[in-house]
Amino acid sequence: MWRYIGRKLGIYGITFVVAVTINWMIPRFMPGDPVRSMLSRASVSDPEALERMTAYYNEVFGLDTPLHQQYFAFWAGLFRGDLGVSVWLYPEPVVDIILRHVPFTLGLLLPAIILSWIIGNRLGAFAARSKVLDNTVLPIGYILTATPYMWLALLLAWALGVVGGFFPTAGGYSFALTPSWTWGFFTNLVSHWFLPFLSMFVVALGGWAIGMRNMIIYELEADYSNYLQALGAPRRLIRRYAFRNAMLPQITGLAVQLGTIIAGALLTEVVFNYPGLGTLILNSLNNNDFFLLQGIFLFVVVGVLIANFIIDIVYVLVDPRTRVRMTGGAS
Amino acid sequence: MTDVPGTPGTADPGTTGAGGERRTSETLYYARRNPKLLIGASIVLLLLGIGLIGPLFIDHGPNQYIGPQSTPPSGEYWLGTTSFGQDVWAQFVHGLRSTFLTGTLGGGIAFLIGTTVGFVAGYKGGIVDEILNMLTNVVLVLPGMVVLIVAVAYLDVRGLVVQALFIGLTSWPWAARAVRSQTLSLASRDYVDLARLSGRRTWRIITSELAPNMSSYLVMSFILLFGGAVLIAAGLDFIGLGPAGGVSLGLMLESAVAWSALQLGLWWWFIPPGAGITLLVGSMYILNVGLDEVFNPKLREL
Amino acid sequence: MTLRVNDLKVHYRTLRGDVHALDGVDFELADGEIMGLAGESGCGKTTLGKSLIRLDGRMRHVGGTVELDGEELPIADDRAMVPFRYHRVSLIPQYAMSALNPTRKIGRMIDELLRSRGVRPRKVADELRRRLELVGLEPDVLGRYPIELSGGMKQRVVMVMSTLLDPSLLIADEATSALDVSTQRSVVESLVGFRDRGYVKSMIFVTHDISLVHQMADTVMVMYAGRIAEKASTRTIIEAPRHPYTRMLIGALPEVGTTTSDTRLEGIPGTPPGLLDPPVGCRFRARCPLASEECLRTPPLTEVAPGHRVACWKTGA
Repeated sequence: MWRYIGRKLGIYGITFVVAVTINWMIPRFMPGDPVRSMLSRASVSDPEALERMTAYYNEVFGLDTPLHQQYFAFWAGLFRGDLGVSVWLYPEPVVDIILRHVPFTLGLLLPAIILSWIIGNRLGAFAARSKVLDNTVLPIGYILTATPYMWLALLLAWALGVVGGFFPTAGGYSFALTPSWTWGFFTNLVSHWFLPFLSMFVVALGGWAIGMRNMIIYELEADYSNYLQALGAPRRLIRRYAFRNAMLPQITGLAVQLGTIIAGALLTEVVFNYPGLGTLILNSLNNNDFFLLQGIFLFVVVGVLIANFIIDIVYVLVDPRTRVRMTGGAS
Repeated sequence: MTDVPGTPGTADPGTTGAGGERRTSETLYYARRNPKLLIGASIVLLLLGIGLIGPLFIDHGPNQYIGPQSTPPSGEYWLGTTSFGQDVWAQFVHGLRSTFLTGTLGGGIAFLIGTTVGFVAGYKGGIVDEILNMLTNVVLVLPGMVVLIVAVAYLDVRGLVVQALFIGLTSWPWAARAVRSQTLSLASRDYVDLARLSGRRTWRIITSELAPNMSSYLVMSFILLFGGAVLIAAGLDFIGLGPAGGVSLGLMLESAVAWSALQLGLWWWFIPPGAGITLLVGSMYILNVGLDEVFNPKLREL
Repeated sequence: MTLRVNDLKVHYRTLRGDVHALDGVDFELADGEIMGLAGESGCGKTTLGKSLIRLDGRMRHVGGTVELDGEELPIADDRAMVPFRYHRVSLIPQYAMSALNPTRKIGRMIDELLRSRGVRPRKVADELRRRLELVGLEPDVLGRYPIELSGGMKQRVVMVMSTLLDPSLLIADEATSALDVSTQRSVVESLVGFRDRGYVKSMIFVTHDISLVHQMADTVMVMYAGRIAEKASTRTIIEAPRHPYTRMLIGALPEVGTTTSDTRLEGIPGTPPGLLDPPVGCRFRARCPLASEECLRTPPLTEVAPGHRVACWKTGA
């Protein structure tokens, strides 16, 4: 048990180091002085501010110290929770900006992932029941997974927002409101949340349905299914076993798909100008705010690693095979 | 099932010439009757045709301002014009072309890395396998799109090839995993053992014994990687990290959103590029299912 | 007479037409009889085993009847066969190693199966434990997952599970081919024990390994290319076979239990005919050293001695 978890943690640790190193390397390995090119592209108008910023960033990058010192300084900053100061929103710390946007992204991601996973699995299992169902659900599922997240978002925003007028198509809440714990603000929040959520949910749904359908067909062909059929067990029992066994690889699939779904969330946010990390990425790109961009990158990586670890633990708890192997049962 | 001669699936691959031929003709027989394969392949070919031939019939550049602004589709401008008076059809046709290019390049690079890593890890085993497996897992866990955003953001000159290269470098891990597990199951077969005993070099064994025996599997992996590369490229283009001054379906979506096509109701600006991507990648996936059913007798009947 | 099979014909549907996997099979199985069913792969023995319990999707019942304890089995009707399965006809599959649901504890899986077949698990719980002990398993295997058991243990669990409702007919399809020699022996002994105790009334033991059959079987039936070549008591088959094919099989037989199964039949040159379009006359003709003009006609399965039936024109030779 601990060996397994340790091994997983090891991989995640290495991944984290790799991510941080990539983050550290990129600006230093690009040609030119990163600070000057960043600030010139960011076109700060006030000369006094520019001077202050140049001094600050020069110190942060520490370009005149040896590379390994720069590297360790980078890590040290990281452990202090210091990801630098934003260029775009100077002098606000990157961490604060990110933390302000994270709840919106999580609010989209978590419900979209969990609901699409549950419903997609049901749908896939249902599709494997008959040829007719299979021939309709399967192509629809594949078309959905082939849909770029931002395009479905655009379609929904256009159809249900611009043309239909049922939902707002931009922002996390109306500009006129200030965030507060009131019913009015809450419904406003939900109405802005719904379309981005829906478009993410629908695209992700297709993938889960297909995965489940393929897994369950595989399970229904498995030896234990054949044996039970030969012994006259009803279809219901065999399907129940197959469904349960097909769920297990789908849990792993959740970890594998996480990166894609997060990317989808970022793109969807951009369409709806939703105030999560995706829109923040776009803003930092437009303002050449690489500190912010890299901070977001680290945040997302850490989030993915945590999610992966949670999924690993859940898998161990759910699959008796790994559980038994780990507790080192008899034989 | 194992004891009836002449049933599909019982023919041992590569035993006799006659058996091989029979298998091929059987595959063709199923291929010609598989609607998923046929529909998927014809849509892909149709789109490829449009992307290859279409630009030849258009005598102005895709980004030129040639027409009236913001006109809906008409006889003259099949897909209407943008708010700058660019021909959407011209952009679409050129965009399809570059989409095929990115898919082939990006998917191809990912395929090369993924299969090489998978073959070597599965065949060599031991410490090589451990290391490659670790590498695969690390890249697999990293959220590829976000890595790409950071990496591409620092590039001063963004081109299609560089974009494809970066996509290829981040999207290979699952292919490596899949090929590795297939290789593991093949590597213990007699003919591979024989080749190994006769002192053939590793890469010879991989290319002449392992790869041919999982060719259908490799084809399907490439198709999936192609589709993935197209989608990732579209995403990068959409947030403004596309090839500078180029045309692509993702860039069309980007400019449509940037110039408020949504609010202005210029649906002909943002529907075609997305539809093109969805149709292309979707038909490739469906074609893949068709291929799977043709190559894998077990799936022929539900 | 437990089982009476009359002129059974079962085809496999394929692209190029029907494969005549069973082309008129006629035999009887006495109460308490353990019959070894032998032949090369592709001779129809597995098809015969499947036909008696569950036709798979591509198999089609073309003709002939099967009677179990005097009652006709509706083998072509998947639904109507359900009441017979497990209760009257049961199976130990080729793949016993993987026949158990990997994510269910064994006891729970058996309970669920029993309940789904209308048997209260409580009623047979004691019997289940007794039989597990009989094959040398602790009853606590019921609380374990299949992954915790060795191959031989899984095999024995399947054996007990399959026979729990005392079926009239048990089909053991290559039930031992995945096991090592000593485990094979103990499985075979247990199966004979089950018959002796009346847990199963009669048994068809499908195998390509005659050496294994002769340890346990009362009779042996040899099939060739979808037809019966010869059926007789085990002693007769081993010591005085009449069919040239059986003789060559026996001749090709090495010392009992010393070699792997694959080398066994290499002694007979040639391959069996394709069954898509079976040849006229005796199907063994092309490989038979004794073949002559008369073999162009199909030899009937005739009784040459009590309980000894052969399909060959040359039985006198």
